[in-house]
Amino acid sequence: MIPELGLFALIIAFGISLVLSAVPLIGAARNDATLMALARPAAWAQLTFVSISYAALTYAFVVHDFSVLYVSQHSNLVQPLMYRISGVWGSHEGSMLLWTLILALWTAAVALFSRGLPDVLLARVLAVMGMISAGFFAFLLWTSNPFERIFPVPADGNALNPLLQDPGLAIHPPMLYMGYVGFSVAFAFAVAALLGGKLDATWARWSRPWTTVAWSFLTFGIALGSWWAYNELGWGGWWFWDPVENASFMPWLVGTALIHSLASTEKRGVFKSWTVLLAILAFSMSLLGAFIVRSGVLVSVHAFATDPARGVFILIFLCVAVGGSLALYAWRSGTVTSTGRFSWFSRETALLLNNIILLTAAAAVFVGTMYPLLVDALGIGKISVGRPYFDTMFTLVAIPLILLLGIGPAMRWKKDSAQRLKKELSIIFAISLSVGIILPFVIDGVLNIPAGLGLAGALWIAITTLQILYKRIKTGARLPLSFTGMIMAHLGMAMFVAGVTMVMTYSEEKDVRLEYGSSYELSGYDFKFIGVKKVAGPNFSGDEGHLEVHDGDKKIADLYPQKRLYTTRSSPMPMTESSVDTLLSRDLYVAMGEPVGEDAWSLRLYYKSMIAWIWMGCLFMTFGGLLAVSDRRYRQKRLSGSETA
Amino acid sequence: MTEKKQTDKSILRRFMPLIIFALLVVMLGVGLTLNPRLVPSPLIGKPAPVFELPLLSGEGVFSNEDLKGQLTLVNVWASWCYACRQEHEVVKQLARSGLRVVGLNYKDEKQDARAWLAQLGNPYQVVFADESGRAAIDWGVYGAPETFVVDAQGIIRHKVIGPVSDQKNYDGLMAAISKIKDGKL
Amino acid sequence: MRVLLAAVVLLFQLSASAAPMESYEFESEAQEKTFQSLNEELRCLVCQNQSIAESNADLANDLRAEIHKLLLAGNNEAEIKAFMVDRYGDYVLYDPPFKPLTWLLWIGPVVIFLIGLFYARGFIARQNSSATPVELSDEENERLRELQSELNVSERETSGEKNMKRGKRS
Repeated sequence: MIPELGLFALIIAFGISLVLSAVPLIGAARNDATLMALARPAAWAQLTFVSISYAALTYAFVVHDFSVLYVSQHSNLVQPLMYRISGVWGSHEGSMLLWTLILALWTAAVALFSRGLPDVLLARVLAVMGMISAGFFAFLLWTSNPFERIFPVPADGNALNPLLQDPGLAIHPPMLYMGYVGFSVAFAFAVAALLGGKLDATWARWSRPWTTVAWSFLTFGIALGSWWAYNELGWGGWWFWDPVENASFMPWLVGTALIHSLASTEKRGVFKSWTVLLAILAFSMSLLGAFIVRSGVLVSVHAFATDPARGVFILIFLCVAVGGSLALYAWRSGTVTSTGRFSWFSRETALLLNNIILLTAAAAVFVGTMYPLLVDALGIGKISVGRPYFDTMFTLVAIPLILLLGIGPAMRWKKDSAQRLKKELSIIFAISLSVGIILPFVIDGVLNIPAGLGLAGALWIAITTLQILYKRIKTGARLPLSFTGMIMAHLGMAMFVAGVTMVMTYSEEKDVRLEYGSSYELSGYDFKFIGVKKVAGPNFSGDEGHLEVHDGDKKIADLYPQKRLYTTRSSPMPMTESSVDTLLSRDLYVAMGEPVGEDAWSLRLYYKSMIAWIWMGCLFMTFGGLLAVSDRRYRQKRLSGSETA
Repeated sequence: MTEKKQTDKSILRRFMPLIIFALLVVMLGVGLTLNPRLVPSPLIGKPAPVFELPLLSGEGVFSNEDLKGQLTLVNVWASWCYACRQEHEVVKQLARSGLRVVGLNYKDEKQDARAWLAQLGNPYQVVFADESGRAAIDWGVYGAPETFVVDAQGIIRHKVIGPVSDQKNYDGLMAAISKIKDGKL
Repeated sequence: MRVLLAAVVLLFQLSASAAPMESYEFESEAQEKTFQSLNEELRCLVCQNQSIAESNADLANDLRAEIHKLLLAGNNEAEIKAFMVDRYGDYVLYDPPFKPLTWLLWIGPVVIFLIGLFYARGFIARQNSSATPVELSDEENERLRELQSELNVSERETSGEKNMKRGKRS
């Protein structure tokens, strides 16, 4: 009964989303307040029914209702409760349901927090979000019903993919979806503004905090995913340039460009139509990501089991949503004039450059990800594009981006003097460059130019950022949270650059065969292989190795890597659980290979220099974003907005 | 005049995103009809790689020279390969139809392979064993089953990746064979 | 456990099997570096998008062994890549070679960057040169006032700085 209830709730939610996408729009066109007022309750009703549907599926997982096909495919009797709950989004159907739930959440949040928004604009925004919801509900109902039953009911299910049985992964998709779906708010605001034909700074002001929140979630989600891959895949890598990773990175890059250009539009009234285009683009990238992950057009480690019908559906949806909004853009954006004037040498120009660089980065990811498909579609061959391509492109992008990160925030709006800036920044530039180059020599005794340049970049960002902070503090003025947030996010970038540089230049890895009691030295650390014992969990069995790591005479860590075999699936699946000792300066990382003869195993040993800085940097960016939206400014504005409304 | 040009340019600029998107959709649409896992072999049109492998039955060897003389299907299979079991009936039927079919037993235990053939039937004129998988690398094999069409001159003409029992694969194979027979390929 | 692992292989020839990983010996550190970078740049064809270095699949093991053998036999990186391409095609390379087929791939982002710069230049020039000073509507004027009151903190601070400098100069 419960699953049918879930399906029924989903159908009702679909109905509501149709109402939500049509009625308020009609109201806005006729200036009928009653019809427009329907938008808010409809948003709430939609959320209620999706929640019921989602709860029903979760319930089916928790009580082991294997009569539901999806549950029987992704859970079993011994699966721990945590992974039964997270199992809901462990595969295509359920994760799509989560997607719609989050979309409904955002819709309701817009309804809740936009009290001061002009009625017509709110009606349009919620209607656009309703249309998006309707598309996804239809997608679920027609191609991916998560409540489908099977008969006969199996006695036990086929467990969740063991790769996904990890706390880091359990919360990473919801975070990512909060980001992807969150960009729909900016999208909806942009489309609503285009529909109204009035592209003033209002829409930018309203959509800015929403975009920043979505961006923060996306940043956090990507970082979690990367951290998960590092710990769970057992290859010591933190980013693999897999199409699915790229699918999350593209909206991030465009989203980052968007939050910067929104700042210019809101503060200075410039780049209006460009910002609208970016808002459309950011969400389009999210949709494109969904297409890549769920259609099977590209070979990926993480892709869901795919079905061409789903691909066709998303493609049609993509055509309607993106094609429709771009057509609207082509039709309406011509009326826009920028009001702000700015000179060649100004913060505006810097932000424009920021956008160009970030979009170039997004384009590189896009071209690299889609090129194999293009070549294949034209029938002129079959190629792969991987790490070497992306590494080259991002090294090229990083140089201007890092330079700009130091200069841009120090520049003034409208007009600045190159003389002033030169005086201010040339010392910092000289210091970062020389300290950066010397650092590797001091630490290691050997000059390492790539590492030195990378560190110089990190220092450059950090020092220039701290300097603007210092100058602000010196004036004695209160620090607005949006400013502090920006500082924090930029410091996060500095940490990220430092981490990536060190990981890429100072890491070492070794495949070794070790007997019990023997040891191997890597990067000055002595890895002693003590032995292996059997371990068993609720749904796996395996071997756990024990290694002691010594630095000289001092024991600094005990590592317990595991090789697990998840036996409850119809096809047993081996999994590598690496063991990591983390310090700010380095990670020591061990992954089990295979037993080789009696009392010996092959092991993979890694020394990863400063890898923790990568995720720390991402956390800084996340909190920077969250800090920025907690700024009083946004709340005040809501109040002042409601006064005028 | 210049003003008109200016507006033309601005219209183009506004429509640019839509145009790019339309091209993308076409590409994605075509992409949906393709299988990203199929990798065409660069060996097509080239002579079969040089190899000499022991026969599964025991005494004797089989080499690339032995492929020459008549059109031959080289079927890569193994007893551990599930899809090979699926396609086996079709392989048998191909052999019955008069084609010369030889088997490349890929990374297998000899006993297992023999038992497999005893159980399911042996359609192969000869089976040679590549226990290490080294010869298969030269053939560009990346999994079993795979099937190569080698013409009388010992040139590789066609490659099927995956089971030949798959309708698309089967049609492709038959088309290639009839073309070779007609001397068109 | 080994039996179970064998069962995995039996069931799914395409899924990753778990043959022991060899630990390789090298003649020089440079050779080992080449080995590692080759492993990272060559695609494991049976896998779902992993390099040979990142895969436990049987074929990846075989290819690693083959690369090792070729290296010890004195082949250089380019020769080993050519060896792989001869057998598996360009698909095996994660680092696609620069040729007409991939021109757009390698040049594309650079072109996009240049187009971006070009448009930005045009945009700034246009908004600078437009002779007609823009008349603000009432609404925009109101918005301007709002913005100014909002920015008064930073305005005060910048003007403060200016004053300070003036003060110094005078």
